[in-house]
Amino acid sequence: MDRSGVQISVQDLTHSYSSRGPVTFDKVNLESKPGEVLAIIGRSGCGKSTLLHIMAGLLAPTAGSIRLNNVEVKEPSPKWVMMFQAPHLFPWMQVSQNVGIGLKFANFAEDKIRERVEKTIKLVDLEEYAESNVQDLSGGQQQRVALARSLVMEPEMLLLDEPFSALDAFTRASLQKDVRSIAKSMGINLVIVTHSIDEAVLMADRAVIMAGSPGKIKEEIMVDLPEERTAQDPEVQKIRGHLMETFRQASAATH
Amino acid sequence: MAAEIGTPQRSSVAVDLIVMVLRRVLFSAIGLGILFALWWFGGWLLESNPATMSFADFGPFPTIDAVPYMVQSGTLLDASQASGYRLGIGLLLAIVTGIPVGILMGRSNVFRKLSNTPFQFLRMVSPLSWEPIAVIAMPTWDQAIIFLISMAAVWPVAFATAAGLAKLDRAWFKVARNLGASWWDILKEIILPAIAFDVMTGIRLALGVAWIVIVPAEFLGITSGLGYTIQDSRENLMYADLAVTILAIGIIGFLMDGICQALIKRFSWHRN
Repeated sequence: MDRSGVQISVQDLTHSYSSRGPVTFDKVNLESKPGEVLAIIGRSGCGKSTLLHIMAGLLAPTAGSIRLNNVEVKEPSPKWVMMFQAPHLFPWMQVSQNVGIGLKFANFAEDKIRERVEKTIKLVDLEEYAESNVQDLSGGQQQRVALARSLVMEPEMLLLDEPFSALDAFTRASLQKDVRSIAKSMGINLVIVTHSIDEAVLMADRAVIMAGSPGKIKEEIMVDLPEERTAQDPEVQKIRGHLMETFRQASAATH
Repeated sequence: MAAEIGTPQRSSVAVDLIVMVLRRVLFSAIGLGILFALWWFGGWLLESNPATMSFADFGPFPTIDAVPYMVQSGTLLDASQASGYRLGIGLLLAIVTGIPVGILMGRSNVFRKLSNTPFQFLRMVSPLSWEPIAVIAMPTWDQAIIFLISMAAVWPVAFATAAGLAKLDRAWFKVARNLGASWWDILKEIILPAIAFDVMTGIRLALGVAWIVIVPAEFLGITSGLGYTIQDSRENLMYADLAVTILAIGIIGFLMDGICQALIKRFSWHRN
């Protein structure tokens, strides 16, 4: 695995749920450099979640393509994994079984699965819960299990579909920080879909604003901030304000 | 300190558990006692009326007297084995057919819509009404009885499987596909463990129905099984033997249901 990440190229991506139905988004073009954390911000219904599903190979585009280092995404793969809004864990399994399920699907040997699962559970700070049933965990812990289940596959690209929106503020802040730092340390490209401007500023290297119907990429803003960021930092506040204003203008222009 | 706090808590949990088990045993014993008293009263009524005196062996004491003979002669064991064999094969066929059919009903909208009316219709037909057809269609009486048991047992298994699938979180399939699962992986690792509880509940219902059906199904054409033993005892006016067989049917059924309940508990992953 290339630990520096992959070059993501989204070219002229168009989607419609039916041939006669409305177009979800039209000719979306995006580039993301290796190891980058990219946030896609937009109002509900602009197609950002559909875009992420297509990037994960879970939906087919109507036109256009997505390439990771020139390899086209056509179907789901352990190389590009998505984390959903809810953890959707398998409730009859323990934490370690949930984390290792993808490796089992990929026919890894038992000892290799055990080794990778142990390492990943440690990475997300859940060592003491490894043998617990996932139903006994809190919402935040469950989302950490879902994160571990994705990370254990050592993906090149991790797609996050508003994964922290159902969590309390403290858990959300801690996970935002951890996910970014783990992705950076593992050289994974992150693509986060969110409607939270705060989340975009705290997690991303770059944010793109998607708006309109059909959805289009309207603006792009660099989030040039140090690794250690908190919502109270003046620099964070400044970029947040700028992003908010750009978002407002982009949204207003499409209404 | 933790141990000091932990010990009384553990002992209090143990005491609660013992009290709960004792209470359950006590209630069961009282219930059985009432049933025995009613049985005795029925036997007494039969015995005290000259018109029904010849049926007095149905009472509990003649029945208990007949148990050693029925056990030592091997009558009860042979009959139970013959019925058990037919029940086992019939139930196995129902499970092997019912689970895939249930999965199809749960997964395919077209199949569900197509099969709903005919299956509901077939489900409502008494399994015993198939007997003439089964006798004509099957080369042996044994196979005809197995067919009747399968016809009785297949519906609870199929409908419980379909109901289990309908309750599944659709997102689990998306997550599994996202992690590279094949169709076989999804069936083996997601669908089957997720619906095991419902399937076992269906099997428990199927077992109950099949156990009820097997006795009348064995009344005709064969010379083995619990149903045959009842018929044979009735024809020979051996009412105590007949009552012992009824007792055995109840006890075996109760034990099989207990095993099913334990398996349901084992496969259940639902939290209260």
